[in-house]
Amino acid sequence: MAPAVQFRAAVALAGRFPALAGVDLSLEAGEVVVVVGANGAGKTSLLRTCAGLLAVTAGEALVLGVDLTTDHTAVRRHVGLLGHAAPLYDELSAAENVRFAVRALGLPAAAGDAALERLGLVGRLRTTPAGRLSAGQRRRVALAALIARRPALWLLDEPHAGLDAPTRALLGVLIGEAAAEGAAVLLSSHEPELAVPLSDRVVVMRGGRITGGSPGGRRAPVRALPDVDLPAVKLRAGPGTMGAWHVA
Amino acid sequence: MLVAGKDLRIEARSRVALWQVVPFAVLVLVLVAFAIGPDTGPMRQAAPGVFWIAVLFSTVLTVQRSVAIESGEGTRDGLRLSGIDPGGIFLGKAAAVGLQLLVLQLVLWAGVTIFFNVRVHVVWLAVVTSLLATVGLACAGVLYGALSAGLRVRDTLLPILVLPVLAPVLLAGSKAWQAALNGNASSGTGWLRILIPFAVIYLVIGIVLYGPLQEAA
Repeated sequence: MAPAVQFRAAVALAGRFPALAGVDLSLEAGEVVVVVGANGAGKTSLLRTCAGLLAVTAGEALVLGVDLTTDHTAVRRHVGLLGHAAPLYDELSAAENVRFAVRALGLPAAAGDAALERLGLVGRLRTTPAGRLSAGQRRRVALAALIARRPALWLLDEPHAGLDAPTRALLGVLIGEAAAEGAAVLLSSHEPELAVPLSDRVVVMRGGRITGGSPGGRRAPVRALPDVDLPAVKLRAGPGTMGAWHVA
Repeated sequence: MLVAGKDLRIEARSRVALWQVVPFAVLVLVLVAFAIGPDTGPMRQAAPGVFWIAVLFSTVLTVQRSVAIESGEGTRDGLRLSGIDPGGIFLGKAAAVGLQLLVLQLVLWAGVTIFFNVRVHVVWLAVVTSLLATVGLACAGVLYGALSAGLRVRDTLLPILVLPVLAPVLLAGSKAWQAALNGNASSGTGWLRILIPFAVIYLVIGIVLYGPLQEAA
């Protein structure tokens, strides 16, 4: 089976700036990979490139069988991106936003309703305009839209940001379910203690390149989590069943 | 239809078109009526031109609103990732803008009847002119809206870009409406020959170029 993501020396430009400066990355279907790195390392650019929002100008880049060097837009309908800014229309309710995302793919509106329920967006929250929701609630609506579309590749940019503890736990469950159903998951995080236990593999980015990697929490015994050296912070694998990491 | 429905629902909730665009267009009529003075002759002569100038200025505002719906990074990326064909997005946004412009023209029609004391004698000619002009205005407006979408100065740049382009609609619309007011259908139909290709050209260009413009923005 072909990898969900296969990058070899991939270069992507954001304007004239090389957002990705020769990335080598392979991601199998059903695999969860966490990308860590300092601000500006290229994590968000990597996710946006995989989503087909940034064009690949050099190297090889295949996502879900689509060659991004020839047509980076064709992959978009098959991926789900949860970015920093929720793709919500403030005047539309949570339910209307999710239904729009679902119907854009030609899926039945019922898929959106089930996703809203899964994320606990029921009752008044369903009908409240997105502009009046809190940041965490908006993120839940965006997540509902993502799971309703059942993408083959999940791209999650700081997915834990702004979420309360129960929703963070639910996010972990959703990621596990997606991977079990064969979706590939690539997530960036500044909170490795939350993200790494969910993952099969951790990769480290620096200067628009992948500079290292190690097994993640799903593959490695939790007490054997690797240390990760970031430019500004050193993370030490800590003891405990959750495989928590802490700043050294 | 999905994009058009979404844009129209957002407009209905925000009420910007109702409380800002329509009053602005009516204000243009009233102010020009004041400027021309109470003589009915010049008023009747100016009515078609004033009507279409109000429509053109309102087109700019309506297109700016249409662009603003996806001005945030989240919604802009969301629409690009939605899976909807860019040509379909263009048609949806143009349909939403066009429908708003048609409603606005009904209000303005009543406005020129009251303030300029004119009556349309060839109704079908006025209606066909409005329909054709609306297609052209909406398509050209949404296309140039996409061109300016990613720019910080889009609100000031859009009128400069789009108003000169819409000049043929102003000319042909005014002349056709003048004929409709005078009851001279034959002299008005010739101007439809400008509106038809204008609408068709911008419809086709919009479907083809909206995607690349969206990417560039």
